[in-house]
Amino acid sequence: MSDIKTTDTMLEVRNIKRDYELPGGFMKPKKTLHAVKGVSFKLERGKTLAIVGESGCGKSTLARMITFIDEPTAGELIIDGKKMDTRPGHLTSEMRQKVQIIFQNPYGSLNPRQKIGDVLGEPLAINTDLSAAERRNRATEMLIKVGLGPEHYNRYPHMFSGGQRQRIAIARALMMNPKLLVLDEPVSALDLSVQAQVLNLLADLQDEFNLTYVFISHDLSVVRYIADEVMVMYFGEAVEYGTRDEVFSNPKHEYTQTLFKATPKADVESIRARIAAKKAASAA
Amino acid sequence: MADATLTQKAAEPVSSAQMRRQMLKEFWFYFSENRGAVIGLYVFVALVLVAIFASLIAPHSPFEQYREAVLKPPAWVEGGSWTFVLGTDPIGRDILSRLIYGAQYSLFVGLVVTTLSLVAGIIVGVIAGYYRGWVDTIIMRLMDMILAIPSLLLALVLVTILGAGLNSAMIAIAVTLQPHFVRLTRAAVMAEKSRDYVTAARIAGASPLRLMFRTILPNCTAPLIVQATMSFSNAILDLAALGFLGMGVQPPSPEWGTMLAEAREFILRAWWVVTFPGLAILITVLAINLMGDGLRDALDPKLKRS
Amino acid sequence: MSLLQIDNLTVEFETSTGWFRAVDGVSIKVDEAEVLAIVGESGSGKSVSMLAVMGLLPATAKITADRMLFEGQDIQKLSGSERRKLIGKDIAMIFQEPIASLNPCFTVGFQIEEVLRIHLGLDKKARRARAIELFKLVGLPNAEERMHAFPHQMSGGQCQRVMIAIAIACDPKLLIADEPTTALDVTIQKQILDLIMDLQARTGMGLIMITHDMGVVAETADRVVVQYKGRKMEEADVLSLFENPQSNYTKALLAALPENATGDRLTTVSAFFDGNPEAAPSAGASA
Repeated sequence: MSDIKTTDTMLEVRNIKRDYELPGGFMKPKKTLHAVKGVSFKLERGKTLAIVGESGCGKSTLARMITFIDEPTAGELIIDGKKMDTRPGHLTSEMRQKVQIIFQNPYGSLNPRQKIGDVLGEPLAINTDLSAAERRNRATEMLIKVGLGPEHYNRYPHMFSGGQRQRIAIARALMMNPKLLVLDEPVSALDLSVQAQVLNLLADLQDEFNLTYVFISHDLSVVRYIADEVMVMYFGEAVEYGTRDEVFSNPKHEYTQTLFKATPKADVESIRARIAAKKAASAA
Repeated sequence: MADATLTQKAAEPVSSAQMRRQMLKEFWFYFSENRGAVIGLYVFVALVLVAIFASLIAPHSPFEQYREAVLKPPAWVEGGSWTFVLGTDPIGRDILSRLIYGAQYSLFVGLVVTTLSLVAGIIVGVIAGYYRGWVDTIIMRLMDMILAIPSLLLALVLVTILGAGLNSAMIAIAVTLQPHFVRLTRAAVMAEKSRDYVTAARIAGASPLRLMFRTILPNCTAPLIVQATMSFSNAILDLAALGFLGMGVQPPSPEWGTMLAEAREFILRAWWVVTFPGLAILITVLAINLMGDGLRDALDPKLKRS
Repeated sequence: MSLLQIDNLTVEFETSTGWFRAVDGVSIKVDEAEVLAIVGESGSGKSVSMLAVMGLLPATAKITADRMLFEGQDIQKLSGSERRKLIGKDIAMIFQEPIASLNPCFTVGFQIEEVLRIHLGLDKKARRARAIELFKLVGLPNAEERMHAFPHQMSGGQCQRVMIAIAIACDPKLLIADEPTTALDVTIQKQILDLIMDLQARTGMGLIMITHDMGVVAETADRVVVQYKGRKMEEADVLSLFENPQSNYTKALLAALPENATGDRLTTVSAFFDGNPEAAPSAGASA
């Protein structure tokens, strides 16, 4: 894939930090919560970085900073070679077009009172001057691309299943032709069979549009399947960072090892071992 | 391939009109489970029709005084006649006709007052809920002050300042009802503001105005609709109270509360002059409140079962 | 005699578009000291069938079954008060959202003592002692202090431990766990599952584990029932299910697991049913 840019790095994060001020209460000093304590990484165009961690590790906060929802307390954000000015009020429509986010909860990320045709058309209505007919065409195109049909244009979100709503959310994110997509646990709330469909869709879209993904998940089996690079976060810090194969075959940090050990294994060998151990225990 | 877990049976194109019909059908399913609400709806619709076709339905003019038929009792009581079904008032006007025309006042005032307080309350509430901070504080303290004064007293004061009459009565009542809408809207906006779809709209570049009124507000309507029906009935009651105190609609207009005021001294002598306007107010307010209950049940997503 | 035996259970709900069948002719059997996993995706009816047994469904639900026996006793014929003596004492249930399952207005100590008071009739001192003992049993540190905490002051994992303590307070014969770890982090999930299995092994109670996670099934179950859209697709012991699944749906579920991915794309359920899972025959062994 020939690239006119000198560097192939899509996203670079340098020592990014996010602190929250917590009210201390009556007569007590204010407390500072360090949600993200200085994270750095580089991500090449077209690749997928998986960020793994449990609740409270800061992965969602990091996602919100990369997508300009929250402003970093410190650190730099460089997208497609350009340093991003993340101060509130300095966000341009151009910056917004480069990065989009997909949320975890398919039941909260779509406006219940908006027909999905309008959901898809809204980013265009706000940021471009396409006519209503053109918006409708683009929306319908995108619906088909994510596996739904033009007949769904006039329907409301509650008429769709969780998997379909995630598809709509993906379609909405792609309306502005972003280069970088941040996915915050996009399949965690979905059934296994639907998860497979959505992951396949994401892979297809990544190939077609050469998208770069930052994929946040707590499910190691999904991560192992889709990631090129893996970063493990714990209490706001990146405790492990490497290629997928490196991290999975040789986890260095203690927390990563704990995480791997805790993931339930669904293979026949483990089952056999467990049954044998149970028999031995009851025989003893 | 389309997702196999599609909730619709067939994937044929659905027009906006079909969509609306479907949602109306679903709404009616939940609403009609509450029999009181359905009865309330029918009564209310009947009232609206009576008000609209008053000139066709009423047997007499509400202002015509029949000197020879002063204080005639209702038709089924001894001494009454079927010319004046519900009897006549102290200056010979037919009570039934006055009640029918009175419906116009009550419903008109209910509509105008509810609209006024709804619109003003929503705008103020959305701003307070969205911006928070000092804007919110000032607005809510103002609303607290309005709520701290008994509503009828406040309405009286306002009417005294503005001068007695229908218009001032409506403005006064609207002011007393507005804080309820502000509170409800503000609470709903605060709850919805942190939802993902609002964040999604924000990063799509939506301006605060668009966010407030096109993204968040449509999701806050359910409690507002219910409050609107309650306000409707409150407005009717308050108008009647103002009329009873002589500060609302002025005689000879056939407003139900004013009719009560004129009939005060006849409670024992001619019970029908007082009872029928009172019943009219009671039935109207009850019907609207029952409808409001049904609306709340039908619109509350937590109670939905499908 | 099985601990729990349900034959041909059907549960229907009335909706604006007609009757919706959440559970369709499902038969389930659990023996003493056995761990049965009921696995299915959302809409499979796995939770609804167990809620029907517990009597926790709303009054608008229509429940019909040929037989619903607990220790040989017909549950369907029990009156409300007789059933309440059984539920919470001999049959216990824990739910998915630990913090939401506890009453936010009362301390956790109060809530566990409530169970002890109603079902075992213990006096105040005995209740307090037993409550502390139970908290220690489920691995909650500082049990005495913890008694006075409110649910929102505790983490999800801790609340789930409290729920488990409440469930086993009366030494139930059967524990139904409805997705007990779905809302918890992976490391906490392991701890809670270990705790539940440990308690099961020690007390010999029957355990029904409802889940959508095949990994949890692999690590806990003796026997497995696979449900789809209210119907039972397959029933087998856990090893046979994973090694040699009979039903198309089970095969599809196992193939959709990312760890079983062969090649660039995941195999989806539609690949097994030519795009129409409605046509899925229950081609598996159903007991």
